[in-house]
Amino acid sequence: MAALTPGFRSRRRAPGDRLPPGQFLTEGFPVLSAGPTPAVATDRWRFTLTTETGDQHVWTWPQLTALPQADVTTDLHCVTRWSKFDTRWRGVSLDMLLDGVDTEARYAWVESYGGYTTNMPLADLRNGRAWIAHTYDGRPLPAEHGGPARLLVPHLYLWKSAKWVSGIRLRINDQQGFWESLGYHAYGDPWREQRTWGD
Amino acid sequence: MGMQDGNALAGPLSEVFAVDVTAAQRLCPGCGTDSAVGALHVYRMATAAVARCPVCGEIAFRIARHAGALWLDFGGGGALRIPVG
Repeated sequence: MAALTPGFRSRRRAPGDRLPPGQFLTEGFPVLSAGPTPAVATDRWRFTLTTETGDQHVWTWPQLTALPQADVTTDLHCVTRWSKFDTRWRGVSLDMLLDGVDTEARYAWVESYGGYTTNMPLADLRNGRAWIAHTYDGRPLPAEHGGPARLLVPHLYLWKSAKWVSGIRLRINDQQGFWESLGYHAYGDPWREQRTWGD
Repeated sequence: MGMQDGNALAGPLSEVFAVDVTAAQRLCPGCGTDSAVGALHVYRMATAAVARCPVCGEIAFRIARHAGALWLDFGGGGALRIPVG
């Protein structure tokens, strides 16, 4: 589903039209990263939500996996122009993690083990559109694909679905992430081909 | 795409520098490793790339070739040492 922003209504798509413009379908699962794969043991894994006032909400691995789990089947769209249909994930909805978190923030700054960052409007993490995913295709998420856990926000280009996620900072003002500060789009809607700055 | 070495960036770097930067040396401010730019570890995403120290992984520089512009970020990535006459 394409996101809506104020003053913009996404074009209606024909049923079954699942490939965004400029994309090619792949059966593989290419691996891209901005650095070496960090080894993150689940016994020291933490996910930290930090509000704009500095309040922190921390989950350990046992705490995360004890929460109600969601099974998600979704299409992925990478800015390098490959798309992959019907990927199967399991994880915890961001709605659940954000429930009860007192915030006036409009933006999310996502941080990963290894130093990667990305940014998006906080609204894009709500309403059943984003998860902390730890299982892919019925198996623990491999490290090369972001395990032990990655953010999954599949309605945006895949660089927004940060591998090895360690936390999210809720911010009043937007701040550009790793690729966004090198000319990639601040929002990254694949249906509007928001690949780079100015698209 | 997996990791490549810094020689993979010879093309885009040649659009910015008048000399062959892949032959320049970089003294890593993170770990002190002295290595050629051509020996840095490079990770790509589409038309962007990040070059890292081959020993400690600290970012040396980032470069992207988008429509109409080349983006180059040396941040705090350490000085390049280019031999001159």
